[in-house]
Amino acid sequence: LSVPPEIPKEDGRPKWDNKFQYILSCIGFAVGLGNVWRFPYLCQIHGGGAFLIPYFIALLFEGIPLLHLELALGQCLRKGSIGAWNTISPYLGGVGIGSWMVSVLVSLYYNTVLTWVMWYFTNSFQEPLPWSVCPLNENRTGLNKECYESTAVNYFWYRKTLNITPDVTETGTLQWWLILCLATCWAIVYLCTIRGIETTGKAIYVTAIFPYLVLTIFLIHGLTLPGATDGLVYLFTPNLNTLKNPRVWLDAATQIFFSLSLAFGGLIAFSSYNPPKNDCEKDAVTVAIVNSVTSLYASIPVFSVLGFKATTGYWDCLDRNIINVINEFDLPEESIVRQNYTAWISYLNSSHPEKIAGLKLKSCDLQEFLDQSVSGTGLAFIIFTQAIILMPGSQAWAILFFVMLFSLGLSSMFGNIEGVFTPLLELRIISKSIPKELLSGIICLISFLITLCFTLGSGSYWIDIFDSYAGSVPLLVIAFFEVIGVAYVYKMKRFSKDVKWMTGRKPNLYWQITWRFISPLLLLIVFVAFVTLQIQKPASYAAWNPKYEGFPMKEEKVYPPWVLAICVLLAVLPCVFVPLVALFHLIKRMCRNKEPSFVAPEVFSCQGSNS
Amino acid sequence: MCFINLISLRNSSSFQQNAQNAFKVRLSIKTALGDNAYAWDANEEYLFKAMVAFAMRRYSSKSTTQISDVLLCNVTDRVSFWFVVTDSSQNMTAVPGSVVEAAIRMNRNRINSAFLLSDKTLQFLKITSTLSPPVEPSTPVWLIVFGVVLCLIVAGIVFLVVAGIQQRKKKNKESTERENLEEKGEVTVTVENGIPCEALDLKAGHINGVFAADDERFTSL
Repeated sequence: LSVPPEIPKEDGRPKWDNKFQYILSCIGFAVGLGNVWRFPYLCQIHGGGAFLIPYFIALLFEGIPLLHLELALGQCLRKGSIGAWNTISPYLGGVGIGSWMVSVLVSLYYNTVLTWVMWYFTNSFQEPLPWSVCPLNENRTGLNKECYESTAVNYFWYRKTLNITPDVTETGTLQWWLILCLATCWAIVYLCTIRGIETTGKAIYVTAIFPYLVLTIFLIHGLTLPGATDGLVYLFTPNLNTLKNPRVWLDAATQIFFSLSLAFGGLIAFSSYNPPKNDCEKDAVTVAIVNSVTSLYASIPVFSVLGFKATTGYWDCLDRNIINVINEFDLPEESIVRQNYTAWISYLNSSHPEKIAGLKLKSCDLQEFLDQSVSGTGLAFIIFTQAIILMPGSQAWAILFFVMLFSLGLSSMFGNIEGVFTPLLELRIISKSIPKELLSGIICLISFLITLCFTLGSGSYWIDIFDSYAGSVPLLVIAFFEVIGVAYVYKMKRFSKDVKWMTGRKPNLYWQITWRFISPLLLLIVFVAFVTLQIQKPASYAAWNPKYEGFPMKEEKVYPPWVLAICVLLAVLPCVFVPLVALFHLIKRMCRNKEPSFVAPEVFSCQGSNS
Repeated sequence: MCFINLISLRNSSSFQQNAQNAFKVRLSIKTALGDNAYAWDANEEYLFKAMVAFAMRRYSSKSTTQISDVLLCNVTDRVSFWFVVTDSSQNMTAVPGSVVEAAIRMNRNRINSAFLLSDKTLQFLKITSTLSPPVEPSTPVWLIVFGVVLCLIVAGIVFLVVAGIQQRKKKNKESTERENLEEKGEVTVTVENGIPCEALDLKAGHINGVFAADDERFTSL
């Protein structure tokens, strides 16, 4: 009898070291860059505090049920997304493949965003910060023209970082500095995911907890900045009228959905490494609530800093006007200050209106500065960097900020990579003798080579395309089929029994109703509304073109047909696997039915696989 | 312009010429020095005239500009004024503006430091200052940081890969050693029913999983 020298794991599957690691990984996956740069923006444009109402309704009826579904599925079936859906029903295998495909596409472009963060991080060690000053032009007579017409921060982002081309069709050249940073980022991802959850489980302690520390530091510092209260009041003042606009509800539903990183397959992969008897219901509620609370918590320092920036901009505007007036009328210095500015202007306007008109003073309005709302990369790399220059000790704040962004993105990358890695390990294509280190190395190397195209001059336009098309519609479709698949193909009764076996109590009425009716309906409505809105306006993008008349405003351009074809391909490719695989199995069954030796496949049960 | 009164008394230079040769100066003392700001009075004006004369002399060794050759005019509360440099040897005509501009440009630093001001707070309105280029270190700083980060990561990867290979070698060696020992019959592992005790979960021997798992099959009392 050959004897294994050590106690084998129950089914040879790696395990989490402890429950905390698992919860932290799920939270790290869910909490990402979107919590910092998308949620505060949505809060601001959709009526401040009033946005929380549709947000929490969406959380209750869409976010938590779907999250619980995915965690329970992974824990019960103990396989990655492809294997799990194949087990539930071969006809639903396409859902798993679609998830896997989306994880691949998102991993590719997400790491490029981290590349930009790393570039800014390495540039934060200089004095003065490189995005605070404009470089001189060739003959040293003045500032660089492009920089002078826009701002130093814009110039550093669009020229020094992206070296952006004026059009998506102009590919430009590869930017060597971005290639270096990209290689580093993929090396970091490789280092952390080299042995799957054995290594990510250790790395997650740092990458998931560090952002909270930095957010707290920024919160404390942000609240001490002048103008912070203006920003916060502006953010949270509820305007209930906005709730009448259906766009607000759609944004709330999509934000919850994308924020929780559902339908990527990463959550299924994470929970598949759990012991089968684990309370996934509590886990799901915990992760969802922590994610939403983090969004709220992050919006406070973000808006304090934005309020500070708006106030500083407003003061600068006033000061410029004051200097112009003082110089024009040769008044003594400090005779006009911000407080008596309006009084002086009205006095001078009445006595010398032509001179005042000749000065062409800009009207300074604090509200206008606060209204300049930006989300996404613009918030982090343009607005926030500008605000950081104004703080004393800007290097330290810049370093902290970019390390925080990097950790947030990296912990989300772990989930994406697990969603790619775990199903590959289970597919019988890969032989068991290949060590995990080699497989993850190959995946990272191939991904690095593919993402080199995002370091071209037009790279950031392509990332926007991937973000809008690959990372949105397919997820909604896959999630819809997930809920329908579990509720009606696997049958809710069986699933409830499985969940009861795992958690020890039957899922109550809330879960039954949301899984069976509310969540699929909600997903369908969101999907239809989302697609309708996308189709209505022609797909356009904003290009940075220094030769444009309205520069520094961005030029609105329309995508050429071949780019549109790629957009549609990105959106459709993951979804198309769902019907394709179902069709394939249907044809296979019809062929097999004609053979007399047809044996019906076993009915799968969660408990059966583990006893 | 008050210059016309001063100069036209001595010769009949045209107004246009004078306008070209006169420069407006603007000082922002309070902005530069805050609480340590000094008041602009006749002594400061004297110093200014002296600095301009010094600049003219330093620029051209032939120049014999005296302090009295520099004329100040229209001093406001701002503090701003006009000045012009005259040439006493040539019947009090104004020195051409280009010469004055070149002289001031050459000695801008000295003039600034005499008043504890800078290019921005002591403005000669027609004279643009040459901008100093930003300090560029020989190796870009970001490359250094990047190099450090990359070295750390590569070290980490190499460490993990080597540790993984060593672990695998140890596992293989142990399993072959175990097999060798068994063949020699020297293994002292207690065996029960052909299965070593360590591999058995001893609890499983006491609780029979088949009967205890499914509570539902027992009818409730």
